[in-house]
Amino acid sequence: MIVELGHYALIIAFATALVQSVLPVVGARRGDQSLMAIGDTSAIVSFLLVLLSFCALTYAYVVSDFSVQNVYENSHSLKPMIYKISGVWGNHEGSMLLWILILVFFSALVAFFGRNLPKSLRANVLAVQGWITTAFLLFVLQTSNPFARIVPTPMEGRDLNPILQDIGLAIHPPLLYLGYVGFSICFSFAVAALIEGRIDAAWARWVRPWTLTAWIFLTGGIAMGSYWAYYELGWGGWWFWDPVENASFMPWLAGTALLHSALVMEKREALKIWTILLAIITFSLSLLGTFLVRSGVLTSVHTFASDPSRGVFILAILVVFIGGAFGLFALRATSLKSGGLFQPISREGGLVLNNLFLTTATATVLIGTLYPLLLETVTGEKISVGPPFFNLTFGPLMIPLLLAVPFGPLLAWKRGDLLGAAQRLYVAAGLALLAGLIVVYFTTGAPVLAALALAIGFFVMFGAVTDLALRAGVGKVSAGIAMRRLAGLPRSAFGGAMAHFGLGVMVIGIVAVTAFETEAVAEMAPGETIDAGGYTLRFDSMDPNQGPNYVEDVGHFTVLRNGAEISRMDSAKRVYTARQMPTTEAGILTRGFSQLYVSLGDFVTPEGAEAPTAIVVRVWWKPQVTLIWIGSVIMAFGGLISLSDRRLRVGAPKPHRQRKAGGPVMEPAE
Amino acid sequence: MIGGARIMALLIVVMGLASPAFAVQPNEILDDPALEQRARSISAELRCMVCQNQSIDDSDAELARDLRVLVRERLVSGDTDEQVYDYVVSRYGEFVLLRPRLSIQTLALWAAPILVMGAGIAAIATFLRNRDPLQAGPTLTEGEEKAIADLLKERSNRS
Repeated sequence: MIVELGHYALIIAFATALVQSVLPVVGARRGDQSLMAIGDTSAIVSFLLVLLSFCALTYAYVVSDFSVQNVYENSHSLKPMIYKISGVWGNHEGSMLLWILILVFFSALVAFFGRNLPKSLRANVLAVQGWITTAFLLFVLQTSNPFARIVPTPMEGRDLNPILQDIGLAIHPPLLYLGYVGFSICFSFAVAALIEGRIDAAWARWVRPWTLTAWIFLTGGIAMGSYWAYYELGWGGWWFWDPVENASFMPWLAGTALLHSALVMEKREALKIWTILLAIITFSLSLLGTFLVRSGVLTSVHTFASDPSRGVFILAILVVFIGGAFGLFALRATSLKSGGLFQPISREGGLVLNNLFLTTATATVLIGTLYPLLLETVTGEKISVGPPFFNLTFGPLMIPLLLAVPFGPLLAWKRGDLLGAAQRLYVAAGLALLAGLIVVYFTTGAPVLAALALAIGFFVMFGAVTDLALRAGVGKVSAGIAMRRLAGLPRSAFGGAMAHFGLGVMVIGIVAVTAFETEAVAEMAPGETIDAGGYTLRFDSMDPNQGPNYVEDVGHFTVLRNGAEISRMDSAKRVYTARQMPTTEAGILTRGFSQLYVSLGDFVTPEGAEAPTAIVVRVWWKPQVTLIWIGSVIMAFGGLISLSDRRLRVGAPKPHRQRKAGGPVMEPAE
Repeated sequence: MIGGARIMALLIVVMGLASPAFAVQPNEILDDPALEQRARSISAELRCMVCQNQSIDDSDAELARDLRVLVRERLVSGDTDEQVYDYVVSRYGEFVLLRPRLSIQTLALWAAPILVMGAGIAAIATFLRNRDPLQAGPTLTEGEEKAIADLLKERSNRS
């Protein structure tokens, strides 16, 4: 009954979304207040209906109602409760429902918090959200109904893919979707602006909190996914350039570019057309990612061709929305007047450079991801584009961008002084180079290139600190005044510097683990030892263990350093009974920012022997690896601080407040 | 805790499990570290043909293992890296290479970053050039310059 109610709620949500798609636009055209107001109501009603529907499905999972096909295929009565719940979105149908839930959640937020928006803009934005909602609700109801029943009711479910039974999965997709789908708001704002044919700095200011919100979640989601893959897949890789990863990375790159270009638009009314285009591109890439992941086209062009119903549906959505938006853009873009002028060397110029590199990087990832599909479709020729390609193309694009990052915030708007900025960065650059050399000096046999690459990371970090120090006037005014000035800086200035700082931290993590990682592999019998990264691991014993829905062999290790025992580690091989699927549960020991990572392999049975006498053990020393995710979290946190900036909450430009005695804050904020 | 080997034997018998193998196995590793290093870097460039998106260096599939062993055999027999790639491609086709070779078919792929960057630079250059005349702004006449200088002088005298 509850399940049917959920299905029914979804159908009514579809009807509501249709209303939301049409009436507000008509209202905005005619200037009819009451029609426009329907956008708000229907957005909130849609959200409540989809929420109800989502709760109904969750209920079916919680009580293990195996008469629902989706529950039968993805759950098991013995599964721990948290994975019963996270299993709701651990499959195609359920995760599409989550996707839509987040979409209507954002629409409802606009309806709720968008009171300061002009009525017609808000109506148009909600209508565009309504179009997207309608399309995806139709997709779910037509091709991916999560509420379908099966007769007769099976006794037991088939369990969730064990790799997905992890706390990481409980968090990763919702975060990712909040990011992905959050960019729909930017898209809707862009399309609404094109419909109205009017766009100004206020528009950029209204869109900014939404872009930031989506970006924060996407940053967190990608970092979470990366860490999950790192510890769950058992060989300690943290980024694979997998098409599915790329699908989430492209909107992130484009979204990062959008954050920066919207800045120019907000402060200087320049780059309007480009910002609108980027807003469209960012969400288009989110849609493209959804298509790539959902259609099965990535596994093989042929599986897509053999069961194309879902793929073709999403492809149609993709074509209509992206094509429609670009069409509208082509028609209206020329009528948008661009504003502020600037010199190539200026804050604006720096942000344009940022956009140039980020867009090129996005395009590189996009083409690398799609090229094999296109080539196979056109010529039938099969090629692979894998990590070596992306490392070779993406890497070099990032180096100049990273070098430029500290300069950007030091340049003035309109007309900057590059030499002056460089002079102010002498200290940061010198310290960075020194830090890189020191690290390499203490790491025997490290390549010189690693020192330079590390120095780039340090430069980005120190550059961010320099930026804040200069704004506070450190060295020019007394420490007290500097502190007060620092406290008086707009939060967005802090947020920006912090995000850049986090980027530097992440770069250091990436470089360190790439350059200095060590690995050891051996067949080990109990009592034997293996060395990695200055640590010695002693393999003590092997124990069987029984979990709620799996059995495992746990290897116990003692970690020694210079002969002294410092810790113990467990690493396991697990088999999930329902699917008979083996997984590895790596043992991870964190030392400072570095990690020791142990994975178990095959049992070794010598010829002639009846029982295995040893097991293959693989140990990695991953120096500073956690900085990769710590850096991402700092970045996301920087975004959060920027989001809390007063001006964003106020929404519209306000006259300057009375300046405080601590000295005027002249620098415009990020 | 009970001693390892007995338990392991028990587990294997009781559960009859095929456990996931690892990427490089200890018995595959070559004695010559330089050669092994080359084998590893070649392995990272070769696709595991039966996996989703893994190199044979990361994959635990049987076929990946065979290919790793094959690569090492060729290296031991004195092949250069290039010869190893050629040999593997002749057996498995271009699909096996994770970094596609430059050819007519992959020209667009490799040129893409440069082309996009070039187009971007061109667009920015056009944008800036079109702005230049406006950028300069109206210049001051000689009289106006003098007036400003006088005003400034007057001000500094006063203070």
